[in-house]
Amino acid sequence: MIAFLLRRLLYTLPIMLGVALVCFALVHLAPGDPLVSILPPDASGELQAQLRQLYGFDRSYPEQFAGWVWRALQGDLGTSIASGRAVADEVLKAVGNTLRLAVFATLVGFAFGSLFGFVAGYFQNSWVDKAASLTAVLGVSVPHYWLGMVLVIVFAVQLPWLPPGGAGPGGSADWRWNWEHMQHLILPALTMSVIPMGIIARTVRALVAEILAQEFVVGLRARGLTDVGVFLHVVKNAAPTALAVMGLQLGYLLGGSILIETVFSWPGAGFLLNSAIFQRDLPLLQGTILVLAMFFVVLNLAVDMVQSLLDPRIARA
Amino acid sequence: MTRTPSTPALTGSRLSACCLAAALLWLGASPAAAQEKVLRIAMTAADIPRTLGQPDQGFEGNRFTGIPMYDALTHWDLSRADAPSVLVPGLALSWAVDAKDKTKWVFKLRPGVKFHDGSAFNADAVVWNVRKVLDKDAPHFDASQVGVTASRMPTLRSARKIDDATVELATSEPDAFLPLNLTNLFIASPAHWQKKYDATPASQAAADRVKTAWAAFAADSSGTGPFKMARFVPRERLELVANKAYWDPKRTPKIDRVVMLPMPEANARTAALLSGQVDWIEAPSPDAMASIQGRGHKIYFNQQPHVWPWQLSFAEGSPWLDKRVRQAANLCVDRTGLLKLLGGMMGVPQGTVPPGHPWWGNPKFEIKHDVAAAKKLMAEAGHSQAKPLKVKVQISASGSGQMQPLPMNEFVQQSLKACYFDVQFDVIEWNTLFTNWRKGAKDPSANGANAINVSYAAMDPFFAMVRFTSTKAFPPVSNNWGYFGNDEFDKLIADARTSFDDKARDAALAKLHARIVEEAPFVWIAHDVGPRAMSAKVKNVVQPRSWFIDIATMTME
Repeated sequence: MIAFLLRRLLYTLPIMLGVALVCFALVHLAPGDPLVSILPPDASGELQAQLRQLYGFDRSYPEQFAGWVWRALQGDLGTSIASGRAVADEVLKAVGNTLRLAVFATLVGFAFGSLFGFVAGYFQNSWVDKAASLTAVLGVSVPHYWLGMVLVIVFAVQLPWLPPGGAGPGGSADWRWNWEHMQHLILPALTMSVIPMGIIARTVRALVAEILAQEFVVGLRARGLTDVGVFLHVVKNAAPTALAVMGLQLGYLLGGSILIETVFSWPGAGFLLNSAIFQRDLPLLQGTILVLAMFFVVLNLAVDMVQSLLDPRIARA
Repeated sequence: MTRTPSTPALTGSRLSACCLAAALLWLGASPAAAQEKVLRIAMTAADIPRTLGQPDQGFEGNRFTGIPMYDALTHWDLSRADAPSVLVPGLALSWAVDAKDKTKWVFKLRPGVKFHDGSAFNADAVVWNVRKVLDKDAPHFDASQVGVTASRMPTLRSARKIDDATVELATSEPDAFLPLNLTNLFIASPAHWQKKYDATPASQAAADRVKTAWAAFAADSSGTGPFKMARFVPRERLELVANKAYWDPKRTPKIDRVVMLPMPEANARTAALLSGQVDWIEAPSPDAMASIQGRGHKIYFNQQPHVWPWQLSFAEGSPWLDKRVRQAANLCVDRTGLLKLLGGMMGVPQGTVPPGHPWWGNPKFEIKHDVAAAKKLMAEAGHSQAKPLKVKVQISASGSGQMQPLPMNEFVQQSLKACYFDVQFDVIEWNTLFTNWRKGAKDPSANGANAINVSYAAMDPFFAMVRFTSTKAFPPVSNNWGYFGNDEFDKLIADARTSFDDKARDAALAKLHARIVEEAPFVWIAHDVGPRAMSAKVKNVVQPRSWFIDIATMTME
C-alpha cells in the first residue's frame, strides 16, 4: 500500500510541471496585450515599452516561465496586473468561496444522485426507474446557467424568498453559517448540483443493475437475506465507483463554474477567472488556473487513495 | 424530564415576555437603522475598479471609485442634463498658461481643503501626485497607475510648487487641452500613503515596500472627495460613507452610505434590482427595460460622448479612399430603424459631437438617412446592384462599451445592402480587437478588413478627434487605425492645441470637427446613451451628457 501511495505521489510531480507549462503556454498563446487592463490603446509606444519592461514582459518566454515556476514553488504567484494585489491571496480566498459552494452542491448532488441511482437500479424498468432516469437525464442536459436564471426569476424576483446573488449581506469576508448568509448559497448550489446529480444517478443505476446481475446476489438471496440486507451489499459494492465519480465531480465543481458564479455574483474561482479573462490579467489567470489544476491533481490522488483503501485489489494491481 | 437551572422552562408567559422584549428592541433599533440612507449600486465591472486614486476599468472606474472619493484639479460639470458637460474648477480655483512660455501652466489651488485622513491639500500634494506616475525616481512611483494616467494627459511632464497655494505644470509642447486632461488626475493623500509606507516591514526590498504601501492605501484610501472609503472587500463590495466636511456645500452628500457591487452579468443586475437587492443598476439589458419600468423603477439615459462607429481605412487599396463612398455609407445607414431595434436606447449621431456642442462647427455634409442620395453617390463612384462594393469590417461579438455589436452590425449590413455595399464581417474576440485597433489597418492583424468597429469616449478633444485625425497618431503611436490625416488636419489640430482662450480653443475644435464630418473618416452609426435603471426611491438624479454622474447630489427616500 505504501509503495502504491509513493508511486502515485511520484506520478503527480511531472503532471504538476506539465500543468504549469500548459497554463503558461495557453495564457501566453492567446492573442492580445497582457497590459491591456492598465494600458489604454492610446498609450504611447514609449509608455508601452516602459511598462512592458517594468512588468517583465520584455523577457523571453522561457525566462518568464522559469521565473514564474520558481516563485510559485515558494508560494508566490505574483501580483495581479489589474488590482495590484497578491495573486495567491486572491486565488485562495476565491477557492475558499468556491469550496463552500462546491461541497454543498456535491453533497446535494451526491445525495439525490445516489438516491435516484439506487432506486432506479434496484427497481429497473418500473415507473420509479423511468422517473428517476428522466430526472437524471434532465440534470445532465439542462444548461445550468439557464437553470440558474430561471431559479433566480422564480425564487428571487417573482417569489422574493431568496436573494438573487452575492455571498451574504456583507460579502464573503464576514461569512457565517447562519440563515442570513446561507440563503445566498441555496440557489447557486442547487443549480450547480444538477450535473453531478445526473451523472452520479446514471452511473449508480448502471452499477446497481450490473451488481444485481452477479451470482453473489443470487447467493445472498439463497442464504435468506432480506431485500434490505441484499441492498446493503449492493451499496457496499457500488460505493467505490460512486465515490470516485463524486470525487471527480467535486474536482469539476472546485474548478468553479464561470457561468454559475457569474450569474449569481458568487465570489469564487469561476468569478475570478471571468474577471481575469476579461481584464486579460495574465498573472491572475495563470495563478488561478494553476491552483485549480493542482486541486484536481490532488483530488484525483486522494480519490485513488480512498479507493485503494476501500478496495485493496486496486493497490495490488 | 429534568432541566438544569440555567435553562428555564419555556412557559407561555416567558415566551410572551421574550417576544415583547424582541419587539421593543426592534422598534427601538429600527428608527436608527432607517435613518441611514444607503444607496446600493450594481456596476457592470467584474471587479471593483482600483481605489488608490487612478481607477482602472475605463470611465466606469472614474465614475465609481474616482469622482466619489477623489477630486482633481479640474472637474466636469455634472449638474445639468440639458447641456454639454463643461469644465469647472475642482481643487484648482483658476488656471492660466504662462504668457511667455506656453508649455507652463499656473494653477491656483483651493485653500482649506482637507484629505479624509485630516492632512491638508496643498501644492506639495499636487506635485506628489504628478510624480507618482511621471517620475520613475520618486519614492512613491507606481508603475501600475502610469498607463491609465499618463495616456490621458499625454503632454504633461512635471509639476513644481511655487507656493503652498500655487503650482506650475509643465507640458512637452504647448497644449491647450491640459486642463481638460487633468480631470483624470485624482489627488490622493501623500500623508496617508506615507503612513502606509512606514507601516511596511523595513526588511522588504524598497520596491516591494512601495507596492505593499499602495496595496494598503487601496484598501484604506484617502482623497478629498465627497465620499470616504468605509469598507473594501476585494472583488465583492466597496462601501463609502458621506464626507460631511466636504469643501463644496452643493456636493456635500445627503446619502449616508453607498455600496458598490460588481455584477458583470446583465441578467444578474436586472434580477438584483427587481428583487430589491440593489437600488441602481448600470446598463440594464434592453430586453428587461419593460419589466424594470413595470415594477416602478426608472430608466435614466442621455446623450453621451460615446461614439459607436466604423472607423475606415485609408491604406492603399481601401474601398473607402473615395469620399463619395464614405459619404454614401453615412447616408445609407437607417439609424431610426436601429434606434427602434435598441428600444430607444441609442443616440442618433450627426458627427462625433452633436449639434449645439461647442465643438460642433456646422459641417457642410449632413449625416442623415437618405438612400436616394447615397445611391447617387455610389453610382457616381461606379457601383450598382450588379457591381456592389465589397467591404470588410472587423468587429467583436461583445465588449466593454460595444453596446450590442452583433445585431447592430448585422442591421447596418442590411441597411448598406440597399446602397450597393456588400459587407463582410471578421468577428474576433473583444480584447484582440482592442489590441488590433492599435496596430492599424496595414497590420496583418487587420486580416484584410478595411474598417473596424471599436466604440470610444469623446470626452476631451484628444480622445474625440485628435487621435483619429493626426498624422502623429498613426499606428503604433495611437488610434489612427485607418491612417487618416494630412497637413490640413495637422494644422487644425495645432491651432486648437495652441488656442489658450477657452472660446478660441472651442472655435478651433469646431473647425476641426466640421472638417472631420465632411471628410467622413468614420461611418457614424450610433451614440450610446448610457442607460441605467434606478429604484424610484433614488431622487435628485441628474444624468448629464457625460460618462459620469454625480452621486453626491442624489438623495434617498
